[in-house]
Amino acid sequence: MYDIKALYEAKSVPDAIELLLAHPQARIIAGGSDVLVQMREGKLAGSELVSIYGLDELRGIKLEDDGTIRIGSLTSFSHITKNRIIQQYINVLGEAVDMVGGPQIRNIGTIGGNTCNGVTSADSASTLFAWDAVIEITGPDGVRLVPIQEFYIKAGVVDLRPGELQTAILIRQDSYAGYQGHYIKYAMRNAMDIATTGCSVNVKLSPDKTTILDARIAYGVAGPVPMRAHSAESAVRGCAVSEETVDAFGKAALNDVNPRTSWRASREFRLQLVEELAKRALAESIRLSGGTI
Amino acid sequence: MSVGKSVIRVDAFDKVTGRAKYTDDLCGKNALVAKILHATIANGVVRSIDKTEAEAIEGVVKVITCFDVPDIRFPTAGHPWSTDPHHQDVADRKLLTDRVRYYGDDVAAVIAENEIAAAQALRAIKVEYEAYPFVLDQVEAMQDGAPQLHEKYPNNILAHTGYENGNYEEAIREKGLIKVEGWYDTPVVQHCHIENHICFAEMEGGRITVTSSTQIPHIVRRVVGQALGIPWGKVRIIKPYIGGGFGNKQDALYEPLCAFLCTQVGGRLVKLDVSREETFVSNRVRHAIRSHITTYVRPDGTFVARRLEAFSKQGAYASHGHGIVAKGATAFGQLYQSAACKVDAYTVFTNTPAAGAMRGYGIPQAMFALESHVEDIARQLGMDSLELRKKNMMPVGYVDGFSKNENYFDSLNQCIEKGKAYIDYDRKLREYQNQTGPVRRGVGMAIFWYNTAVWPISLETAACRIVLNQDGSVQLQMGDTEIGQGADTAFAQMAAETIGIPFENVHVISTQDTDITPFGTGAYASRQTYVGGFAIRQTALLLKERILKHAHELTRMPAFNLDIVDGKIVRTTDGRELMTLGELATEVLYSLTNSEHITAESTYQVKTNAYSFGCSFAEVEVDIPLCKVKLLNIVNVHDCGRLINPALAEAQVHGGMSMGIGYGLSEQLLFDPKTGRPLNNNLLDYKLSTTMDHPHIEAQFVENAEPTSAYGTKALGEPPACPGAPAIRNAVLQATGVAINTAPLTPHVLFSRFREEGLL
Repeated sequence: MYDIKALYEAKSVPDAIELLLAHPQARIIAGGSDVLVQMREGKLAGSELVSIYGLDELRGIKLEDDGTIRIGSLTSFSHITKNRIIQQYINVLGEAVDMVGGPQIRNIGTIGGNTCNGVTSADSASTLFAWDAVIEITGPDGVRLVPIQEFYIKAGVVDLRPGELQTAILIRQDSYAGYQGHYIKYAMRNAMDIATTGCSVNVKLSPDKTTILDARIAYGVAGPVPMRAHSAESAVRGCAVSEETVDAFGKAALNDVNPRTSWRASREFRLQLVEELAKRALAESIRLSGGTI
Repeated sequence: MSVGKSVIRVDAFDKVTGRAKYTDDLCGKNALVAKILHATIANGVVRSIDKTEAEAIEGVVKVITCFDVPDIRFPTAGHPWSTDPHHQDVADRKLLTDRVRYYGDDVAAVIAENEIAAAQALRAIKVEYEAYPFVLDQVEAMQDGAPQLHEKYPNNILAHTGYENGNYEEAIREKGLIKVEGWYDTPVVQHCHIENHICFAEMEGGRITVTSSTQIPHIVRRVVGQALGIPWGKVRIIKPYIGGGFGNKQDALYEPLCAFLCTQVGGRLVKLDVSREETFVSNRVRHAIRSHITTYVRPDGTFVARRLEAFSKQGAYASHGHGIVAKGATAFGQLYQSAACKVDAYTVFTNTPAAGAMRGYGIPQAMFALESHVEDIARQLGMDSLELRKKNMMPVGYVDGFSKNENYFDSLNQCIEKGKAYIDYDRKLREYQNQTGPVRRGVGMAIFWYNTAVWPISLETAACRIVLNQDGSVQLQMGDTEIGQGADTAFAQMAAETIGIPFENVHVISTQDTDITPFGTGAYASRQTYVGGFAIRQTALLLKERILKHAHELTRMPAFNLDIVDGKIVRTTDGRELMTLGELATEVLYSLTNSEHITAESTYQVKTNAYSFGCSFAEVEVDIPLCKVKLLNIVNVHDCGRLINPALAEAQVHGGMSMGIGYGLSEQLLFDPKTGRPLNNNLLDYKLSTTMDHPHIEAQFVENAEPTSAYGTKALGEPPACPGAPAIRNAVLQATGVAINTAPLTPHVLFSRFREEGLL
């Protein structure tokens, strides 16, 4: 039994916007795997909810004419993992969201909810950061596009204004063409867990597979929101594919992060993971790209 | 013949189709909902409670606070009652308390028309506390000047016992002895049964009925009577199917409070359904035990003198108390032999959740300490640890002077040989020596000691009733409970075997109702198959005797030439089937001359006990830079006597091994050192291992029929949870050379130990 003050079911995106404007205290509910949990804990007890779960136009994955991959915000994790466009162009995203919770959560949970939640540990978020994803937001004034780095404002807060909802996540062709990536979720068990640290890397090699033309890396739980490690990226850009380059990548990542000690893990242990995961995720991305170390 | 066969469990179809009814399924829809307000300080007193706002919420019926309950202190442990006041459990609980002893203690309760109103009322109650300093660690709690929990127990010591075999001080003076010493720590863990504790209470005819998810209905009846200060006959407890207990439900949990709340609303139906978060904190947990072990050993590996000091974290209330560490202390002295052995065991109150019974009852803690220590000795001596164990472990023919338990068979060696062969131990041990890379493998093992049931420390009794139907089938009623382990099935197999009827003709009445069911103390101490077996066999023989008396009258054959075979009356001299049992039962029941409803009922008091032994072998892969242990292989081998149902026995071992894996690698309830608040009392943050964390779990058996037993069987319920964690710890030691003496071996612990040892 949930303590819900009122539930408004949106019939369309414009209807959702109207409902959100009419009920400014209301929270958006999609799959509910976060909202209902918080409601049960008492944090959101007595809230009004605007449900967008029935909006099928926000489901599905499309390859647009300009090569942009468009992921509807209500697409479930399990649909992302099994989607052929994802598997062909950005398989690592499918792998990353396949590490969320368990099968039931992956069937109900949506990528829009995962990112709008604003938490640093979201399994989709670090990979979306590493692929320079763009967030499509629809509101009373129409559609606006925001790079994912700017969408996250601080822990638990994202750039959604009154009446707005996230409608899609876009990955442009120049972000993914020629890249291969790998995500490592480091958690205390192999299922039903939240990342202690998540690390997503992707890399573009020279045609002869000996030089790193570009590398991108993003972490979850290395700071209050997901983050890129730009020093690590510049440390290896243009470098030869080698063990030294991989080591330098891990070392440089330490310059970009500032994890804290909590009961979940010490700062020192998190730093150990930051370095080691960067190296392993880069090495695997190189291997996937056809390079050898 | 039913015993020894893997028959399908009697409740299998009902459980997998969802037809089996559990407590919540049986509760009337008109029930009022009760919820408990838990303290938000770790130690102190409640100064005042303002319930005005809470009682004004629509749907709230009543708020009961710690100032509204009777001043009665009662014990909660699920032990058989002792009529000797010196052996009675400590009575230190009140229904609700104004003296808060842990973060989560019960200070008030709300009764409302629905869950939402109850939850809102909890948030609206205003409590004023006076907070005292608190102590979370059991050794700190023993120091002079530490915050005190209970007036009667100076330095928070609930109990201190010890024993000395031989003369320790003299024995250690022998020349040439090598001293090995270590400290070992085990964590606070919780049972995590799938069904949280739930109960509902209702009054009728001046009596109160509580239906509860419990392992021990007859004991709960007594505790509810004691807690409410009413005659025990006014209380009726009903125990339907339950979703596991593992010892947590071997305590009176919230049945007394639920019954009391019911009396406060005119006897209306009140349901108290405990959340998972509450289950972790406000039910019971496993005792964390810190052990200091010293061994003096000859260079050839002979143990000469051994010393154990064990400090057991009781938490805020006595519950099962000192019995847990005491059992481990007994195991310490018996599993290995030495000229001298000196033991001191302490149970100490702390401002943490009350520790009670949990699968293994002190043995998982003791085996982690002892079997880690034995491995450390072997390393220090440069000796094979299996050889060291075999040289010193309990020999065949050993008899315990107190319990008169005897080690009849070479079970430990037989189990070790089977485990070794399965895991290919000798080859891997050689192969995994001298590794250098970042990822290394290792093998390790541990043995264990376990005692079946509680005799002679406590009463062991079981009662059974069997009722014959017209068709030759029977109803079987036991005070001993089905808690998911398959007891009903094993009982039915035993009854079918002794009466001589097909297994499917035994209808087990699974539900215990203390108004109707014969007395039994319930599911704990891995006792039911052993203890219940005596009562079943005795009662079945009684029933058989009555049946054959009628068979004699009906067939004119002497009873000594008659038997019941597969549901038929058979003349043993030539094997002729004279009539079916159904024909006999119908004839006898409706006879115009000799009508009898054939039934039998009897009580059996058990005055024996049996050792149950076994071992675990584990193979691990340790990723040093990631501080992670991957379990590659694990096998348990048990000698629990004759297997009543091999498939169920295997399932029992699987579950216990899973618990052992969690105990060794991931499970631990954590508390904020600044406030005493539990940090991870939910199934996300408390790392119960999942199937994805398990390799194939192999269960094997050595079957030496137990000579003292009614059906050749002995303990298997708890033993599987005992040896896994130290086997894993010893495998990590072989892989990395790093001895980790703190369970669980989480990445956090590995990280700090690998740094200390220079691996990182």
